[in-house]
Amino acid sequence: MGHTIRQIFRSGKFVVGFTILMSVLLVLVVYPWWVPDPPLQILGQGTFFPPGIYVSAYDASNAPVLYTLNLRDAADKRIESRLSQEDRLAMQEWLVADGLPESAIDLADTDALLALWEEHYEPDRRLPGMTFARMRYYQRVDAGLDSLRSAGGGEILAARNPETGELEETGMVKLTDYANISQVANVRILPLGTDNFGRDVLTQLVAATGVSLLIGFVAGLIATAIGLTLGLLAGYIGGWVDDIIMFFTNLFTVIPTFVLLILISFSIGQDQRGAITIAVVIGFTSWVWTTRSVRSQVFSLRNRDHVNLSKLSGHSLPRIIVADILPYIASYVVMALILQISSGILAEAGLSILGLGPRTTEVPTLGLMMNWAMIYQAHVLGNWWAYLPVLLTIALISFSMNLMNTGLDQVFNPALRD
Amino acid sequence: MKGYRGYFLNKFGWFALTFVFAFVLNFLLPRLMPGDPVAAIVARQAQGISNSTGVQAIYQQYTELFGTNKPLWEQFIIYVQNVLRGDFGFSFSQYPRTVADVLGASIGWTLMLQLPAILVGWTLGNMLGALAAYLRGGFDRILMPSSIFLSSFPPFGMAVILLVIFAVQLRWFPTSGGYGFDLIPSMTPEFLRSVVVHYQLPFWSIVLIGIGGYAIGMRSMSIYELNADYVKFSRFMGLKDSRIAAYVFRNAMLPQVTGLALALGTMVGGALIAEIIYSYPGLGTTLLNGVMGQDYPLISASTLIITLMVLTATFVLEILYGVIDPRIKATQSD
Repeated sequence: MGHTIRQIFRSGKFVVGFTILMSVLLVLVVYPWWVPDPPLQILGQGTFFPPGIYVSAYDASNAPVLYTLNLRDAADKRIESRLSQEDRLAMQEWLVADGLPESAIDLADTDALLALWEEHYEPDRRLPGMTFARMRYYQRVDAGLDSLRSAGGGEILAARNPETGELEETGMVKLTDYANISQVANVRILPLGTDNFGRDVLTQLVAATGVSLLIGFVAGLIATAIGLTLGLLAGYIGGWVDDIIMFFTNLFTVIPTFVLLILISFSIGQDQRGAITIAVVIGFTSWVWTTRSVRSQVFSLRNRDHVNLSKLSGHSLPRIIVADILPYIASYVVMALILQISSGILAEAGLSILGLGPRTTEVPTLGLMMNWAMIYQAHVLGNWWAYLPVLLTIALISFSMNLMNTGLDQVFNPALRD
Repeated sequence: MKGYRGYFLNKFGWFALTFVFAFVLNFLLPRLMPGDPVAAIVARQAQGISNSTGVQAIYQQYTELFGTNKPLWEQFIIYVQNVLRGDFGFSFSQYPRTVADVLGASIGWTLMLQLPAILVGWTLGNMLGALAAYLRGGFDRILMPSSIFLSSFPPFGMAVILLVIFAVQLRWFPTSGGYGFDLIPSMTPEFLRSVVVHYQLPFWSIVLIGIGGYAIGMRSMSIYELNADYVKFSRFMGLKDSRIAAYVFRNAMLPQVTGLALALGTMVGGALIAEIIYSYPGLGTTLLNGVMGQDYPLISASTLIITLMVLTATFVLEILYGVIDPRIKATQSD
């Protein structure tokens, strides 16, 4: 046993897969300790906030200390973020009308655009065909640019006096005022933004990965247990037991598993479908492969000398199975279990996409997250953070398991070794 | 050919038996569902009617129309009789369309998409796997992990990624549908071009998913065969490498054919989800609509059609397999 395990861990593929899986599990354990929020809590009012660090604007302007920093490129950056695409196009239009070739103007290069603007713009000049309103628009854009660049500018903070109802100045935020982010009372990091309900995607993803792994594990255990038991019985006892078991196995091999899953989940009904119920349903529909393979392996084992010797010694049936047969198929059963777990996770995701997954109010699963992202068209709207991390997690988990399996396969079947 | 006849009859018996079993499951499972789908339709139809006896009358009429007031076994007999006449009843969610009408519009799309996609994926996967086993070295070292990675992607995942890259970002292909929304199905060149353009993404997403798994399987089989005694013997005999490769390929191929037959059900399931992602007008999307609308005649009929398709394909493959490999008939008889 110890020797086998040492050998397994010498297989590169297995070790890589194992490390990936263990890292995922480690994150599952550590993350809730870091962000203790319930995963389904709705944080954002609105859909699909992009990933980033969210700083409370109120707390930032009311930070205990505001520092004055004179940064050289602060004004340029401010202008760059304030200057909308529409304004840039309007500026280009003006410059072209002024006689500049359109190819000389790069809209994305704010510095060059502003230099050209400063050089050519005259507030009082009215270009041919320009309306008065348009002229005023250009003047506003120009004035806005000036105020953003002046060193003394800023915005006045005001509060409404509760007695008189008038606005009273309470402070001033200058252009050079900076708050230290560690002194701002409320800062929330949303590394993967929020989903369509305004829930933190990362927190939800971690919880969902846990639930999906659990679903896969329960489904895999059930499927392997059924498959192993039936396979052992059919293979070892043979005769009519074998006939009956093989009858059902053949039947279920040909009926598409997915169709069966759809029918059963549908008839259970949305209210009854918890995560574990789904896991059990998946488990009960995916034992067929294991049964077939275990049976055929036991078939070849049951007439070996050591088994016959056990029989002659009068050992009981359970003892023969446990002591003389199981050890020979153990490696196969472990591999089957790993495959069943990863296909269980995929099956849950597939069902959820169809709207037949676990009910949505209690726990998140990877499939449900995917389902919501699809329903809200995240993939078409370009909100990658709502679906891509989910897909990658599913792929990573099943990749690690497939890799472990390939590694095990190469250890147990020396012919496949590199 | 006597042994072959026995094999054929045996396979056909299994085919028929499985079909009956699947048929009963198809009928029974959705009807065990809690809740009353008829009540849902009545609620839709009776919107704005405040008279409760009026609503009751509508309900009565619908239960009689759908036959849900009779005992289950009687419903089953009626169902069998109707299905034999090709009548699957009315669709609950798309009433007054019949289920046969809804399915008839979608089954062609599914056949046209899935059959070629699964076969192409299978062929490409097997070729790559055999090549990896034959060449080993660098090719194998790249192909193997990438095959494992490819086959780790859930079918819908591949569909979404292709959709985002090629339809949303690059805008090479449309995001959804089987043909342009402004066209009416006809045999005009414009319509056919639109169909071909809409076909690409669903097709390749199914193909890519298939390649990985088959490449891994074929590689293992080919490596086993390459180490077999007959290969060494042929080498000693001085046969040409290409000749040996042909032998190996043929022998390694045989289990892959059974693999295809057995995995068809799973593949079709994955392909159905790919259809849903692209809103392709096939059975997958119909099934989704059925689930959303609690439409059990539609669900029963679509799952029945899918089962029948998979069963037929499996049956044909197994018959072909018996012809290709005589050993199979022998093992079947014990």
